[in-house]
Amino acid sequence: MAELTHGDATPLTTADGRPLKAALAAAQAKAKWRAFFLVLPLLLFIVITFVVPIGQMLQRSVYHDGFSKTSPNLAAWFDANPAGTEPDEAAFAALAADLVLMKDNRLAGEAGTRINYSVPGTRSLFTASARGADELAPPFREALTGQDAKWGDPLIWVAMREAASPWTTDFYLTGIDMQRTADGGIEKVAESSRVYLWLYARTFILSAVITGICLLLAFPIAHMLATLPMAKANLLMILVLLPFWTSLLVRTTSWIVLLQGQGVVNSLMVSLGIIDDAGRLQMIYNQTGTIIVMVHILLPFMVLPLYSVMRVIPPGYARAARSLGATSWTTFRRIYLPQTLPGIGAGVLLVFILAVGYYITPALVGGADGQLFSNQIQFHMSKSNWSQAAALAAMLLAGVLVLYWLYDRLIGIDKLKLG
Amino acid sequence: MALPTYADPLERAWYYAYIVICTLIFIFLIAPILVIIPLSFNAEPYFTFTSKMLSFDPEGYSLRWYNELVVKGMQSTGATGTAWWSDMWQSSVWVKAAKNSVIIGFWATILSTVLGTLAALGLSRPEMPSRRLIMAVLISPMIVPIIIVATGMFFFYSNPCSVIGLTCGTEEKPWRLTSTYLGVILAHAALGIPFVIITVTATLSGFDQSLIRAAASLGANPRTTFFKVIMPLILPGVISGALFAFVTSFDEVVAVLLIAGPEQQTIPRQMWNGIREAISPAILAVATILVVISIALLTTIEVLRRRSDAMRGVTGR
Repeated sequence: MAELTHGDATPLTTADGRPLKAALAAAQAKAKWRAFFLVLPLLLFIVITFVVPIGQMLQRSVYHDGFSKTSPNLAAWFDANPAGTEPDEAAFAALAADLVLMKDNRLAGEAGTRINYSVPGTRSLFTASARGADELAPPFREALTGQDAKWGDPLIWVAMREAASPWTTDFYLTGIDMQRTADGGIEKVAESSRVYLWLYARTFILSAVITGICLLLAFPIAHMLATLPMAKANLLMILVLLPFWTSLLVRTTSWIVLLQGQGVVNSLMVSLGIIDDAGRLQMIYNQTGTIIVMVHILLPFMVLPLYSVMRVIPPGYARAARSLGATSWTTFRRIYLPQTLPGIGAGVLLVFILAVGYYITPALVGGADGQLFSNQIQFHMSKSNWSQAAALAAMLLAGVLVLYWLYDRLIGIDKLKLG
Repeated sequence: MALPTYADPLERAWYYAYIVICTLIFIFLIAPILVIIPLSFNAEPYFTFTSKMLSFDPEGYSLRWYNELVVKGMQSTGATGTAWWSDMWQSSVWVKAAKNSVIIGFWATILSTVLGTLAALGLSRPEMPSRRLIMAVLISPMIVPIIIVATGMFFFYSNPCSVIGLTCGTEEKPWRLTSTYLGVILAHAALGIPFVIITVTATLSGFDQSLIRAAASLGANPRTTFFKVIMPLILPGVISGALFAFVTSFDEVVAVLLIAGPEQQTIPRQMWNGIREAISPAILAVATILVVISIALLTTIEVLRRRSDAMRGVTGR
């Protein structure tokens, strides 16, 4: 290699005469590509089997062609007349023509289902009217409203206007407890049927409670593990790692066995005389059950990051503080606790992220009031209301991604460790 | 942690309280897992310790729930000898579920370990471009709520070709990945990948990159360097990543619920059914077997971790 000398007029070259700068840049680019090609197969795999499916699902949350594919005439009328126009005879004629189309393609049920999402109880309106669509004769307004007075309902016309285009925000409106009004605006739904926003908030509140309990329980044992001699600590660590490695369903089953009415804990308390046989506590299939079981399942995720931070805190700092006259409480608050903050941050965020998306445990032990947002997504999936499930999934995903971004910002994804 | 000699009575009291608190938390962690083991040998269909069990009367214990596991779904329980065994292997519901779990777990593990290890090697190179973003994408299957992942996969797998506007198979019956082994394996592989990435990059963080240059300077080609130098050093990390991936697949139920068909029922899927319907102590027998398996896995992981630390010269953790 050419020797580096300052002020030399001739540029440095490699043995084969290329400028050194270019050769280095080429070598670095090559190394970059080599590293990238190692990652590429996995990146492609994840994009195809994970990112694309989620993206495709999100598209479903704003796209539903159940009504629009059989309503070209109505769509044309809606295009020609601005929102808020009273449906005239031409509009009813378009509706009649589309009902015939629905009947011929046997899609009245599907179209009705789409409108039913916006105005409950209207599916049968479409199936019934489509059945007799061929007999409809002008004047169509009288013919249709004569068949069913609901056809004059402005809410249905607002819903049809929205559904005549496959792209819609209806499912997000439902997701934030809103509905369309007869004059084309939006309003909050009746107090009694507001579900989603409260459930969303409750999911985050419950997750916060679970995270808080996890932190309270994990802190002392992580501290004990970090300060005990290595041999003893490793032994106790098994008590944290065994639950971590045990199947989620096994742990959930165990808690059902422990906490149910005729279960171990209740029977123990009855035999000890703490409660009487009639007063057995309801500790599972409700919110309490969800909290207890999720704390147990997520606790290792809190202990492990705390432990890895506490392990490297030099004990000398605390001793120095004590020797300078600090009480044990001051030493803990001013010296020890601040040093554990990175571990607390990592554990709290990780547990919170995992808790917000939990599905299995609430589904099995949550009963009625212990359900989380994920369970509502599954509910709509099981009812085949896929667009609604997708819209709710998008809302949950947005919350989780914000937390994930925060985790990456504060702690760094590459700092994530297991065991 | 020992109590310092200068501790005052209040600190002494607090210290003992601390030990009691820690003990209680450890009991909270481990008791639920241990309590089901004796209960799975209950002779009665109850979920509590009967008085016979508490007095260690042998009559209070039995293997009936394990027997029930094996015979459930079998055609002829009266058969003996090889006929019984082949019947069990063919038609016992739980044996079938176990076979499915192992098959799906095995292939998902292979896929995620091979792809994940390669990617981890790339990610640990200092010249890797936009590493943080790629890492965030690769870890996301662990972070995104499982119900969202499974829902997305359900739609995608029911007609994979439609994404790029193609029609595979016929219009009415498009080619699909739902209700196939391949579909479940791909889903589980994606879910296991973050664990492989995390464990292998952690092992590689202590890897001395100059060893690669040393091997090259001694005339080894990249292949030889990989198999003779890199692989032996990172193998413990790779194996523990693979175990994590296997356990993830072995324990996964939501993706199976949505993607798998009746032919791909796994152990967690059967347990899910068992818990949702009338829960029978037979579930506890399965749970006990799974706990024993996880103890074995944990032991393997610990041995591997110590070996890895010893090889990399890390002492005392």
